[in-house]
Amino acid sequence: MSFNNLDQLYRTVIMDHYKKPRNKGALEDSVTIDMNNPTCGDRIHLTLQVSDGVVQDAKFDGEGCSISMASASMMTQAVKGKPVDEALKLSTIFSDMMLGKEYDDSIDLGDIEALSGVAKFPARIKCATLAWKAMEKGVENESHS
Amino acid sequence: MISKDIRSYFPILNQEVNGNPLVYLDSAATSQKPVQVIEALKKYYEFDNSNVHRGVHTLGNRATESYEGAREKVRNFISAKSTQEIIFMRGTTTAINTVAQSYGGANVEEGDEIVITYMEHHSNIIPWQQLAKQKGAVLKYVDLEEDGTLSLEKVRATVTPRTKIVSIMYVSNVLGTMNPIKEIAQIAHENGAIMVVDGAQAAPHLRIDVQDLDCDFFAFSGHKMCGPTGIGVLYGKKELLEQMKPIEFGGEMIDFVGLYDSTWKELPWKFEGGTPIIAGAVGLAAAIDFLEEIGLDEIEKHEHKLAAYAMERMSTINGLTMYGPKDPEKRAGLVTFNLDDVHPHDVATVLDMSGIAVRAGHHCAQPLMKWLQVSATARASFYVYNSEEDIDRLVAGLNTAKEYFNDVF
Repeated sequence: MSFNNLDQLYRTVIMDHYKKPRNKGALEDSVTIDMNNPTCGDRIHLTLQVSDGVVQDAKFDGEGCSISMASASMMTQAVKGKPVDEALKLSTIFSDMMLGKEYDDSIDLGDIEALSGVAKFPARIKCATLAWKAMEKGVENESHS
Repeated sequence: MISKDIRSYFPILNQEVNGNPLVYLDSAATSQKPVQVIEALKKYYEFDNSNVHRGVHTLGNRATESYEGAREKVRNFISAKSTQEIIFMRGTTTAINTVAQSYGGANVEEGDEIVITYMEHHSNIIPWQQLAKQKGAVLKYVDLEEDGTLSLEKVRATVTPRTKIVSIMYVSNVLGTMNPIKEIAQIAHENGAIMVVDGAQAAPHLRIDVQDLDCDFFAFSGHKMCGPTGIGVLYGKKELLEQMKPIEFGGEMIDFVGLYDSTWKELPWKFEGGTPIIAGAVGLAAAIDFLEEIGLDEIEKHEHKLAAYAMERMSTINGLTMYGPKDPEKRAGLVTFNLDDVHPHDVATVLDMSGIAVRAGHHCAQPLMKWLQVSATARASFYVYNSEEDIDRLVAGLNTAKEYFNDVF
């Protein structure tokens, strides 16, 4: 059978992040966020170090499908070293991308772009957004503390 | 034997999904509806629709006759003594919550025990957790055997004279295990407890005889047995239902309403506050006719046969783990599994692209997932309209998933 329709979802770069996740693990002295998708059991444990308005470091742990874990890996890679407002901006862009909306393409999205195909698989969108929601929550907690 | 022609009664199955003929293997979540049920709903709304138990007019009488006729059909379907013991509700979840809040609210006290098992669906866990918290009661779990069955010895060791309620699923929606309800009910009764049965996965697939089981309550849903969503049944022994208070108050369930107090109608109506689920009951009656015509014994046989065939074919796939009893005779028509190195969501997406619908996730059984030491699984579940060819398509789809994830990347 042809894998064409599957290839829209599972791009090589996604599978690379899934099989070799970046920033896997946990940071000490950090903001900790635990989130899960109650309908499917995906789970992320995200640790962030935020200081001087910058996401200094990010690591994640968890279990889930290729899309959720690859997205978590890409997210940590993308926000590490970024000012908080830029990280949140990326999150908005990512959310627009998942909803199939026009998104701001003036910023180089790097590997994240590979997840754009997920928009065509409505059941899988929540897999891709889990890590980003966790990051938003963590950054929010930190800016209020 | 169930003929393949049965499939032609299900209009929804005659379609392509993602360019392939649909193979629907998610009946444990909800079953598809035969044309007989769809037509019964249409006929009801086109000719008989009216409110029940109040109109003097002809349509009101017809609607009441259809609704109460459905109750008699359900009584016969589960071999209850009286239609007073058949209460229409939204589904299994509402039925179990009603028992927990009404019977449990009046009879469970601090330090009493409620016994369930590790294999229960959330709808047979959380109502009891809540009751236990409200009352300061103790919620106890019967551990499972390695093959996902229950041992009566362990049930006996868990149920004590302090136990007030034992509530157990008849058939597991994950493991497929068929539990020895009759024997467990006896153990419950010897200890002075009542026996509640979550029959959601049993009623669609095997003949139910509540008197033979000697259970005190039995809950099931219409939508898993070819009926519409939004209709289910709580069976309860009359002597227990009579003592119990309604938990929903309003129209339909009252006898006399004063300014400061009211009295309730007799059984079963005192538990059916508000305009009842009339069309749902009509649809459920049509579903029961449909299943009875095929024969529940035939359906059970068909599912054992499909489970055996699926387990045999799936065991040829390297790296595939199946959960639950190994003996197909001991299980209902579903197979829950995992494929090494491919997450169940990814398995389900690959299968969906081939037109095959399976469930992936925790199946509303998080404690059981923990017991199995997995975060999620995939599940293929079968019903009257499935055939060995559907299982062949599943096996081909699983091989595709393996090939795709292991070889392409």
